[in-house]
Amino acid sequence: MIRLERRLETPRWLGVVIPLASVLVALLVAGVVLLASGHSPVEVYRSMIEAAFTAPGAFSATLVSATPLVLTGLCAALAFRMRVYNIGGEGQLYMGALGASAVGLALGGLPGPVVILAMILAGMAAGSVWAAIPGLLRTYANTNEILTTLMLNYVAGLLGYYLIFDSNSFWRDTTSPSAKVFPQGKTLADSTSWPAFHLGAVTVPLGFVLGVVLAAVMFVVLRSTKSGFQLRVIAGSDRAGRYAGMRTKRAIVLVMLGSGALAGLAGASQVGDFSHLFDPSGLQQVSYGYTGIVVAALVAFEPLPLVLAAILLGGLINAGFTLQGATFPQGLVGMIEGILLLCVLCGSLFGRFRIRMRPAAAGAARTPGDRGSAGEDRPLVEEQEIPILASGSEP
Amino acid sequence: MNHALVVTLLASAVAYGTPLLLGGLGELLAERSGILNLGLEGMMLVGAVVGFWISQSNPGPTSVTLALALLGAIAAGALMGLVHAIVTIAFEANQVVSGLALTIFGGAIGLSSYLASSASLGGQPGHHQFQPIDVFGLKDLPVVGPLLFHQDAMVYLSWALTLATVWYLYHSRFGLHLRSVGESPHSADSMGVNVAAYRYVHTVVGGAFAGMAGAYFSLALTPSWADGLTAGAGWIALGLVIFAFWRPGLLVVGAYLFGLVTSLGFTLQSRGVKLPPELFAALPYLLTIVVLVLVSSVWSRRRLGAPAGLGQPFRREE
Repeated sequence: MIRLERRLETPRWLGVVIPLASVLVALLVAGVVLLASGHSPVEVYRSMIEAAFTAPGAFSATLVSATPLVLTGLCAALAFRMRVYNIGGEGQLYMGALGASAVGLALGGLPGPVVILAMILAGMAAGSVWAAIPGLLRTYANTNEILTTLMLNYVAGLLGYYLIFDSNSFWRDTTSPSAKVFPQGKTLADSTSWPAFHLGAVTVPLGFVLGVVLAAVMFVVLRSTKSGFQLRVIAGSDRAGRYAGMRTKRAIVLVMLGSGALAGLAGASQVGDFSHLFDPSGLQQVSYGYTGIVVAALVAFEPLPLVLAAILLGGLINAGFTLQGATFPQGLVGMIEGILLLCVLCGSLFGRFRIRMRPAAAGAARTPGDRGSAGEDRPLVEEQEIPILASGSEP
Repeated sequence: MNHALVVTLLASAVAYGTPLLLGGLGELLAERSGILNLGLEGMMLVGAVVGFWISQSNPGPTSVTLALALLGAIAAGALMGLVHAIVTIAFEANQVVSGLALTIFGGAIGLSSYLASSASLGGQPGHHQFQPIDVFGLKDLPVVGPLLFHQDAMVYLSWALTLATVWYLYHSRFGLHLRSVGESPHSADSMGVNVAAYRYVHTVVGGAFAGMAGAYFSLALTPSWADGLTAGAGWIALGLVIFAFWRPGLLVVGAYLFGLVTSLGFTLQSRGVKLPPELFAALPYLLTIVVLVLVSSVWSRRRLGAPAGLGQPFRREE
């Protein structure tokens, strides 16, 4: 008989095997769907790998998609670790793009480095402000942040559409000939373009570099600072944190602000690194904010491996753009992302339990009371606290 | 009289509220068993596309085709509900992330878009649509005529399902067990109730309701396909369940209130009121936030409604 025994610790190798196995299973399942709809999975995957990684210039293009994903992934990782379910990275990204493009347009005449720094700060600030709304509502009105962050994504999207398509806002281009045919945002001055770095044939955007630096910062802060320790305690148990005199409400608001700032920076990078204008419909088509959640969950919300996950999913999205059409059916990207996430979730069972094949009677040797000791580093296992009505902050 | 603004508005409030009601009922059943299903939006989209696909490709007469399309949508939603159930019950995985995964899987850049593009459904005009039925020939009664006696079959179905849910929850043995599973799975288990079975059944049924809700978009409301057709209705339905304190009766009120807000924009625009369309479009989302804040801050002190076992994986202590 198959029995599940609770593990005291997750072995390290499982942290590598589960994501890898999940990728394989996701490709297999998607392959079945491809076969069923008359495509050759081998052919599709071969061209995907080529378009994402091996063709000339492919890796640079993959980094273009990976750049926002590192940042929105960190946005999700920071919040989800704390069991603050910020699904609003998408809207916070739009707001970051809005803020950064406003500053870029207004300060276009100043020297490049000054404007670029201002754009970064403006993007982060705008994302923070947008995230502060659900953060404050969660802490002071007990309102479920899952739904408020999500609703604000739609509101931010509509606000963007209004500014470019239905008003003569500061962001909208009303003079150039092409803008008279189809509404678009004002293009920023050349001096506001963010610098890129060249490693051999690969172009690394500034946003990606910032993302890697921030991932390292998050790793160090969480692991070896006092505030990181406090966050880990509160993530493990809100009540324990409060009992130890930690200001848990303030911590949750701060996590929300930081999380929003990361997504806002992703939005700023969209403007500064790539589009050089505020393009609400372009941002909505790619949904980097939602994909960030997949990126973060794939590596159990660990900041350093998150960079690799972002490159992997960046490759998937890049392949989706490049191959769009007959060989690469629309919707495949989201399907693979969803299956991947489900596989990782199922795989995490093996991190929490050991599978034993033996008669039922022999299982009695289990130590009593090992339930609930699954390790404090993994907030997403064991005793899920899902704040669907009240956030549990009222004693 | 029946063409007065108020009556048109109320009639379309019922139409726009119906998918919210159906989706909300499904979510309510799942959450009553302790399973939070954030995959509602994805299930609705897949239900919508499957329903539309069947209605476009089936050669039979309208009534048969629509019935088949609805059944297909229900099956698709139920299948996705089953996946959510397996992941969260058998694998005890995080319910929030699993639901999100299903929404991404089925959503506007996932399966629903995949199916629509492989059957090239986008832009096709719908061949079949649920039409209003003139019940007992009473559609011309003032005010109540258009509201009660001139709706399409799915609206009447949603009313029947609401009544059935009320009866089931509060007047049947199964409903009693279901509520106990949601409130305290361990006590239910010690009473001999099969917790896992209740959770499986209600998550799958919840998915079936979501598929039906999605089909209402593509078979009744706007018989056509565009990626992301449901435009967040699944998320609003999730909010409505909280608003309704997990009670089907209040859910009806909430669904039609939100239907009214949605239809307000369309109705006023068609009457020549000049305001940015984005403002009207944003109203349901903003209202959801306002309602959630009110419900959670003002009324939650009385601790109404939320099943105590919601979101908790159940594992029998050995």
